[in-house]
Amino acid sequence: MKFIKVLIPFMILASFVFAKEEIEYVDSGVNPDIWITIPAGDFFYGQHNHVKTTVEYEIMATHVTNQQYAKFLNEAIAQKVIYVKNDTVWGFHPGDPFDAYLHEFEIPAGDYPLVPITVPGLRLNYSNGKFAAKNGYDNHPMVQVSWFGANAYAQFYGYRLPLEIEWEKAARGTDVRPFPWGNHIEKNRANFISSHNLFEKMFGDVVKTTPVGFYNGETHNGYETLDNRSPYGLYDMAGNVKQWVGDDHKYVHYRYMRGGNYNSYELYLRVWVRDSAGPEHTSMSLGFRCARNPVMAVETAPADSIVNE
Amino acid sequence: MKKINELYHYFFQSTKGLILLAMSAISVITAIWGTLSGPMVEWGVRDIVVGILGMDLTSVERSGRIIMIYHVIAMIVVSIEVYMMTSIIPMRKHQQTTINATVTVGWITAMVFGLTFGYFGHNYFYHGLFLVGQSLIFFAGILLAAAIYPWKREYLVTNDDYAHTKNGYDYERIAFFVMTVAMLISAGFGAVTGSFWSNGHETFLAEDLIREPGKTALQKSIIGHLHIMLTLIAVAITLIVGRWMDWKGKLHKVGMPLMIFGTLVISGGVWSVVWTRMAHTFIYVGSVFVMLSALMLVIYAWGKLIRDRIAEQGIENPTFFQKFAALLHDPIKFGPFWQMVFMNFTVSGVGIFMAIKLEEIFRVWPAREERVTLTGHWHILSAIIATIIIMYYVDISGIKGKVRKWFGWTLIIASDIAFAAVTIFSMKRLFVTEYAEQPLVNITMLLTDFGLGAILVITGGLFFWRLMDLFKKDDALWEKEAIDSELAINPTAEMTQEGRDKIRAQMEREGL
Repeated sequence: MKFIKVLIPFMILASFVFAKEEIEYVDSGVNPDIWITIPAGDFFYGQHNHVKTTVEYEIMATHVTNQQYAKFLNEAIAQKVIYVKNDTVWGFHPGDPFDAYLHEFEIPAGDYPLVPITVPGLRLNYSNGKFAAKNGYDNHPMVQVSWFGANAYAQFYGYRLPLEIEWEKAARGTDVRPFPWGNHIEKNRANFISSHNLFEKMFGDVVKTTPVGFYNGETHNGYETLDNRSPYGLYDMAGNVKQWVGDDHKYVHYRYMRGGNYNSYELYLRVWVRDSAGPEHTSMSLGFRCARNPVMAVETAPADSIVNE
Repeated sequence: MKKINELYHYFFQSTKGLILLAMSAISVITAIWGTLSGPMVEWGVRDIVVGILGMDLTSVERSGRIIMIYHVIAMIVVSIEVYMMTSIIPMRKHQQTTINATVTVGWITAMVFGLTFGYFGHNYFYHGLFLVGQSLIFFAGILLAAAIYPWKREYLVTNDDYAHTKNGYDYERIAFFVMTVAMLISAGFGAVTGSFWSNGHETFLAEDLIREPGKTALQKSIIGHLHIMLTLIAVAITLIVGRWMDWKGKLHKVGMPLMIFGTLVISGGVWSVVWTRMAHTFIYVGSVFVMLSALMLVIYAWGKLIRDRIAEQGIENPTFFQKFAALLHDPIKFGPFWQMVFMNFTVSGVGIFMAIKLEEIFRVWPAREERVTLTGHWHILSAIIATIIIMYYVDISGIKGKVRKWFGWTLIIASDIAFAAVTIFSMKRLFVTEYAEQPLVNITMLLTDFGLGAILVITGGLFFWRLMDLFKKDDALWEKEAIDSELAINPTAEMTQEGRDKIRAQMEREGL
């Protein structure tokens, strides 16, 4: 026990010493502002390939980046939609239906934490009332954001978080592949535990996220990647960081996450695998992307036109 | 030809040979299938093994494959326990022969065709034969229950030191019987659900259901099935090593009724999980009784180790340190009971902690973290049972001297390092933030790999030695074991004169 008591503070200290607050910017060549149209129709849902149907919708080609989220925070704070208090960004949530089911927590209307500002691993700086992405992290996925924080971003711009069914269709297409790009996984196809990607090599274990769209078949600073786009052209639907989805399922307070992350073994990268946590949960390996209905579309692109814009 | 016949006799008709055969099978499976996950994947070993053996690892079918490998290994472990039971519980020779033969054909059939079905294509002919193998093991279980039926006048306790009823019925035999019947019913729990879902269309792993609201009755029974089977395997090995240590006296007299009652309550609690939310309460209550009984065994076993060693040394008034040295003198006999104590930190303690902190911590963390803790918890229990079986087997093999000490201490220390590391890893969020976790993850993973690697190396060495022994021309151990094939124990009960008269009368009736 003594050994553990000594070891753990040492390791925490070591992590801070080696932590990289600023890193070299690597341009993946993928534009995070691109939206992709997913057509209406049937697809195979889940491990057991149940046929389900969606209407047409649009979804972001990549995760929301630190730069995009910092912009949202500054705009929303300026409009007094959200506010900063006690080192945390807060926003209003109208509450969820409560069924008083076993292990279900009630989530009543109220203000909830969106982003803890001082938590280690957040790649945003906050000074003089303004948020900005830390150097080099601009195009990395926004992390340390709660479900409320992800939902607030989507709501602010008139979007929404994708439903699980929408997320899975966008990842899988209309066949029964287990991974967004096909049936097999290679180390340099996605950011997962076996990848040991450029950023881990350059900056050590603490920097584990990769820029959105990093695995696009290009070679970045000598690191050769394979293209991990889904059949519809979405990047990182497996690996990098997990993604909040929007569903509020009956009988549970949990919110669900899809896609696996940089610490996941390959089995967790399969398109039907889910994770869940309370909506206030934040993590260095958890971000999100948004969806929207076609009627809201402003600018969309066909799947094959979004690389290297 | 003569040697082949002798080897056949040894491997398929002697208790020690049957145990060696089954343990070797598990070792080979572990060595090959262990390359399909964890660091072996990153090192590229998996791809090589898959390529050489022509395995079919379709991603969508992983759950089904895991179910097959769990069942195959569990079947062999259960068979090893059956071999041990038929050797140490008094029964007629023909009963032992029939049970051992049935269970052996069962596990070999289940192993060969279960793994073939799971990993080399999905020919349902193989799945059928896998079920045949499992059914044979089930049938052997029924034969075993009949053979050790405790309320027979033939097997009464003849030594008052062993726990018994007023009429002389053997409490230890009752404990074995209750465990066996509970296991048969619990196997049925799994069989019914497996049949309902037949053909593997909707396979799932229990750990993936942890946060599913409104689980179906069948899902609950699957969860109950795997928990109770592992629990009963643990109860069985506890009873077996109790006999190995010749557990008797006051602690036996108190411990045995506790074990019987606890086994009944836990089993009833698990079976009731389908219908009542009170199931967990029953399970907790039953666990207290089983664990108290195990504690009494530990106290007895350690006391016996100290007394025997001190007597061997001829020390009349031993000091505390002399007693302590005596306790640690033989790691192979100290180890199983130490592992039972250690289990409380890595399995029972974690389980109780999770139950207490369920809503406060575990249901707040991501499901993946909760899943890691749960899977770590039962993998450790399985591995602890495995180490206990290995230690018993080292004793059976008659390994003595420095090799025995080195083997024993390496097994204890390496396994405990690995289990402790896995426990700390699985509960790391209690100690360290995600941001600072990497050094802890690296160290715990390294310690786990070191511990498990060391166990694999020494166990590999043990089986290599046994393999080489098969080719020895003179003084081969297996030849001695083929003759002296039963486990050396003091039986709690012996066949009474009434029993012997009954057999004689029956033989006369049959003209034998």
